[in-house]
Amino acid sequence: MTRSDPRGAWMSGALVVALMAAIVSLQHTQGRLEAATPDTAENLLYVRSPAAMSRMALSYDAVLADLYWIRAVQHYGGTRLSTDPNKQYDLLYPLLDLTTSLDPRFNVAYYFGSTFLAEAPPDGPGRPDLAIVLLEKGLRVQPDKWEFAQWIGFVHYWWRHDYAQAAEWFQRAGDLPGAPFWLAQLAATTLAEGGNRQSSRLLWQEVARTGVNEAFRNEAVRRLQQLDAMDQIDQLFQIVGAFQQRYGAVPRSWDDLGRAGYLRSLPVDPTGVPYRLEAGSVALGEGSRLSPLPREPQRLIQ
Amino acid sequence: MADMRIIAHVAINVFKESVRDKVLYNLVAFAVILMGAAYLIGQLTAGQDVKIIKDLGLAAIGTFGLLIAVFIGIGLVWKEVERRSIYSLLSKPLGRREFILGKYAGLALTLLVNVVVMTAALYLVLGYMDAQFTEEQKSVWAAPALDAGMLRAVALIVVELLLVTAIALFFSTFSSPFLSAALTFGLWVIGHFNADLRNFENIVESPVAAGLARALYYLLPNFAAFDIKSQVVYALPIAPGYLAVTVAYGLAYIALLLTGSVLVFTRRDFK
Repeated sequence: MTRSDPRGAWMSGALVVALMAAIVSLQHTQGRLEAATPDTAENLLYVRSPAAMSRMALSYDAVLADLYWIRAVQHYGGTRLSTDPNKQYDLLYPLLDLTTSLDPRFNVAYYFGSTFLAEAPPDGPGRPDLAIVLLEKGLRVQPDKWEFAQWIGFVHYWWRHDYAQAAEWFQRAGDLPGAPFWLAQLAATTLAEGGNRQSSRLLWQEVARTGVNEAFRNEAVRRLQQLDAMDQIDQLFQIVGAFQQRYGAVPRSWDDLGRAGYLRSLPVDPTGVPYRLEAGSVALGEGSRLSPLPREPQRLIQ
Repeated sequence: MADMRIIAHVAINVFKESVRDKVLYNLVAFAVILMGAAYLIGQLTAGQDVKIIKDLGLAAIGTFGLLIAVFIGIGLVWKEVERRSIYSLLSKPLGRREFILGKYAGLALTLLVNVVVMTAALYLVLGYMDAQFTEEQKSVWAAPALDAGMLRAVALIVVELLLVTAIALFFSTFSSPFLSAALTFGLWVIGHFNADLRNFENIVESPVAAGLARALYYLLPNFAAFDIKSQVVYALPIAPGYLAVTVAYGLAYIALLLTGSVLVFTRRDFK
C-alpha cells in the first residue's frame, strides 16, 4: 500500500472499524462474565499500613488520599446499596485511616467517615467506637477544631447513648476557641435530659443549621423528620388504643378509624408516605426514606 | 564569559525541536485530559470536588513536567553524540559551555511553556467548577477555587523541574540515556526522604552512620522542600521567607549541576 492508494486507505479504515467493533463486543462479553464470577478483588486492600503508604506516596500523598477517600465512599455506598443480606463494611475503617494519614487535614473524611462508621447495620458497620477513634485522630492534628469534639459528643449521644460522655465532649467542644455558645447549653441539657426527644431535636436542629455541608444538613433534616414521625406514631398508637377501648377490637385499616371519626385523612409521615397499620401496630410505610427509625434512647436521669 | 547570544540561539533551537517532538504534545494533551478527568472524579466524592481537582491538577503538572524533564533532559547531549552532529556543531563558533547552557535553557523554556499551559488549564477547570457552586457551598471551602495562592506551589514545581532537568543533563554528559534516567529518577525518589536522613541519628547508635546520613542530607537534593501542594490547597500559612529560601536553594543546586555539566563536557573526548 502506498500513501496515495485510496483503496488501501479504505481497507485500513474498515479494518480499524471492524477491530473497534470487536473490542467493544469482547469488552461487553468480558464484563458479563466478570459479573458472573465471584469477586475477590473488591475487598482487598494491598497496603493497610498508613505509615508505609505515607512513605511510598512521595509527593503524591494528597492525590492518594483523594483516591482512598473516593474508594471509601464507593465501598460504603456500594455495600449499603447492595442486596447482600450479610453486608460487610470491613474495609471502611482501614480506608478512612489511610485517607486521613495521607492527608491529616481531610476534614470531610473525619465527619463523613465517622458517620459512616457509626451507622447501625444494615446501613453501616455499627462501629461508633471506631468513629470516635477517627475523630480523636483528627483532634490530635487540629486540637482547636471544636467541630470534631462536638461530633465525638454526638457519636456518644446518638449511637452509643452514653449521655455522660456526650455531655463531657460537648463541654470540651464548647471550651475550645471559636466554639458557639450553644454547646455549653447543649452539654447541660444532655447531662440533665439526655435521651429524650426534645434534647435530640435540639441536637439535630443545630446540625441542620450549622452542618459542614449540604449533605450533612440534609441528613439532619431527615433525622428531625424521624423524630417527628416517632411523635406521630405515638399519637396514632393512642388513637388505636382509644378505638380498641371503644369497640373492643383493633382497627383493621385506617378507614375504620376514619369512619369512627378518629381520623380525617390517611396519616402520612413527614416525607408523605402513608403509615402502615397492622394488627393494631403502627409503623412507617413501605419505601419510606425515614426507615429504619432510631432506637428510642433511654433517659439518663429518670 | 559565556556568549549569551549563542546560548539563546541554542536554546531556541532546543525549544523548536521540542515543539516538533510529538511526544511533547502528547504529554500536554494528557495533562489537559487529566484535568477533565479530575472533574469527573470530583463527581464521585462527597463534596470534595474542588479540593480533588486542585490536588490532581497540581500533581499532574508536577508529573508531566517530571516526565518531560527526565526523558528529554537525558537525550539533550546524548542525541547529538549518537547522531555525530556534535562534531559539526563544535566545529562552529560554539563553545562547549554555551552548548550545555543553551541546551539547558531550551529545555527550561519548554518546561516553562508546558507548566504555563497546564496551569491555565487547571484554572479554567477550577473556574468552571467555581461557577457550579453557590456562595453558601463555597463558604466551607478551605480556600477559594481560583485562589492565586496556588501559584506559589506552581512556582516551586517549576524550580523542582528545573533542578530535575539539571540533574538529567548532568548525567547525560557522561552516561547512557538509560542510566541517566535511572540515576535521575533515583535521586528524585531519594530526595523525598531527605527528612529521614536528617533524623537518622535518632535511630542509629553508630556516629559514623549518623554522620554519613547527615552528610547525605546536605549533599542530596531535597525535593520534599519543593512540595507545598497541601499547604496551598488548604490555604495554610507558609513561613515567611520559605519560598525565597527554597527557590534560592534550588537555583544554587542548579548552578552547581550546570557547572559540573560544563566541567565534564569540556573535558570529554569525542574521538
